[in-house]
Amino acid sequence: MHRSGNLHATLRPPVRHLPKAGLASPRARPWGTVDVVSTDQLRLRAPRHRVSRKSITLWTLHAVIGWAVLLVPQLVVLLFSRTPWQIGVAVATLAVGTAHTVVMPRWRYRVHRWEATPDAVYTLAGWLNQEWRIAPVSRIQTVDTKRGPLQQVLGLSTVTVTTASAAGPVLIEGLDHDDAVRLADELTTTTQATPGDAT
Amino acid sequence: MTADLPAAPEFSEPVVDWHRLDVRMLIVRPLNEVLGLVPVFIGLLVLGKGETWRILLSVGMIVAIVLFGLLRWVTTRYRITAEQVEMHTGLFVRKRLAVPRERIRTVDLTAKLGHRLFGLSAIRVGTGQRDQPGEDGLTLDAVSSTEAERLRVLLLTLAVPESVEPAEERPSVVLSTLDKRWLRYAPLTLSGLVAVGALFGLTMNYARELELEVLGPLTDAAHWVVAQPLWLTLSLFAGVVLVIAGFGSVLVYIVQFGGYQLTREPDDTVRVRRGLLTTRSVSVAEQRLRGVEVEEPLLLRAGRGAHAKTVTTGLGRKGESNLLLPPAPIVEAHRVSAEVLRLEPSPTSTPLHRHPVAALRRRMVRAVVPVLVLSGVLAWFAPAWTWQVALALVPFAALLGWDRYRSLGHVLTDRYLVARQGSVVRETVALQRTGVIGWRISRSFFQRRSGLVTISATTAAGDGAYHVVDVAEGDGLALADETVPELLRPFLERVGSNAVETYPQP
Repeated sequence: MHRSGNLHATLRPPVRHLPKAGLASPRARPWGTVDVVSTDQLRLRAPRHRVSRKSITLWTLHAVIGWAVLLVPQLVVLLFSRTPWQIGVAVATLAVGTAHTVVMPRWRYRVHRWEATPDAVYTLAGWLNQEWRIAPVSRIQTVDTKRGPLQQVLGLSTVTVTTASAAGPVLIEGLDHDDAVRLADELTTTTQATPGDAT
Repeated sequence: MTADLPAAPEFSEPVVDWHRLDVRMLIVRPLNEVLGLVPVFIGLLVLGKGETWRILLSVGMIVAIVLFGLLRWVTTRYRITAEQVEMHTGLFVRKRLAVPRERIRTVDLTAKLGHRLFGLSAIRVGTGQRDQPGEDGLTLDAVSSTEAERLRVLLLTLAVPESVEPAEERPSVVLSTLDKRWLRYAPLTLSGLVAVGALFGLTMNYARELELEVLGPLTDAAHWVVAQPLWLTLSLFAGVVLVIAGFGSVLVYIVQFGGYQLTREPDDTVRVRRGLLTTRSVSVAEQRLRGVEVEEPLLLRAGRGAHAKTVTTGLGRKGESNLLLPPAPIVEAHRVSAEVLRLEPSPTSTPLHRHPVAALRRRMVRAVVPVLVLSGVLAWFAPAWTWQVALALVPFAALLGWDRYRSLGHVLTDRYLVARQGSVVRETVALQRTGVIGWRISRSFFQRRSGLVTISATTAAGDGAYHVVDVAEGDGLALADETVPELLRPFLERVGSNAVETYPQP
């Protein structure tokens, strides 16, 4: 087996400190910005826990409902009049809707993850567009669990962690209800133990 | 014996009794509301040729307004205890508002024209609790101006317990005042055009309503103008609009910002006073100041001007209460930022790190592609000249994209995270690093392919989140990690050419 790549890796001293942004030879630009040569390869690791597998069902149901709202009126219209245009649009809706309903829930399930450490809540959500959210426990104001009708049927819950920011809460969707309640209790306890008014 | 000692500083005893609003509000509130309805009354009475129902309707409206004012005055009480500010109001729906005094971040005094005639001010106490939008804080409308001033000092002093140390009377320091030369920035704001639009709408509306003879001469003029060659029509029209807009904007500027003064008060608050007719005084506890934002709308930027806002908790987002500096030279904006943040030079004028070339590509695509798509659609559905016009806009879109890229930048100073973005409105924000209460790192499908992310620092102040747009993934994460040490670190990993190394958990 050819091992030169791994050999290279073992010879390289482990890097323990993050490079400071902006140390690499700045070059002034006429509009007041400075070039930075990027050398580091930092990235966010995935949060530790996946959400419940039942979330796939939930997201599938959401997608089916959403597309049905678009498709059913079209079908009703088609009963009375059929132009090539209307048929074309209906078929396109059906095709896109089916693809979305099949792909999105599975993709989301592979992406959605969460983690709560004693210091922070860390989530990753989305599918095509993804977003990581980090809220330090010391800045948490409220922790709620919430279940919509579909979630109740499936035994799922959403945990909502709000901070003083107006930019919206950190959401963990699709947890098993018991897990959600346990997480909310834990977070509430640690939050209460932290002094300050979280702003 | 004690006569030799200087008089003890007056200690303002917290009010514990219930107080009513000032009795003069019985006149002022109806007056303010009737003033706003003057054109309607003119329409109803003067031009109504004395029809009975019009007179009855007018009298009815005035009586209703007066009664409503009376009801409000009778039912509203407030008191300030050692712990909180309380207000009870309403007859059918009783509302009891209580704001803990330690939560008070800002005090905002507003006096409309009617208030000022009678020496009154409305007080708004801001807390920055965002749990119930719209329920943020509490408003006393209104108390006498001296009472308002006393309450302002009282409320903000206890809001900052450290400075209760009996005041050795420091004078308030003036940081900036209105300069007549700033008026030249007025036409560069769009307020003039807005004013022209509003004026036009109002005139048309009332002219028709009141059957005035404004329309006749105007129509004649319009006919004459349209009869001229096209170029003359256009240039005449543009000229008239520009002249009126110019004057209008200067007028708006003077009315809004006349008497502008920015001071630092002895109780460590930053205070902005402004307004020619409606005076406004906004005080922000310096402790609650999380940064400064410098905004340069395109036109203003072309004239090297800018205006500035505070980034602070407890100010409503509507009504420009966070204004720090009206449109003024950009140099002044940076100077004021430096003064307010007590940091020379201002972090907002720090040279910024440029974003990677991939960000330029992204800005370009996002600026140009919609225009191309639009012209494609127009070519399909609309007359030929529309898509040609749309296509002619492509170079401008490209310029816009390039300028948006040029605006992108970020840097980390000792105490501030500085980020800049935008072209039509270029925003430079300096956000206190200790004011960052979380992160959002978002990556769209296309950003992922270009190795870019958008880093958003969430905060309790201002807009709630400030963005570093389209930064290289590694640089952005390093920036976030350095801004708030230890928050992001446990979730970061380093990707070498062959090895993945996770940072050791502390």
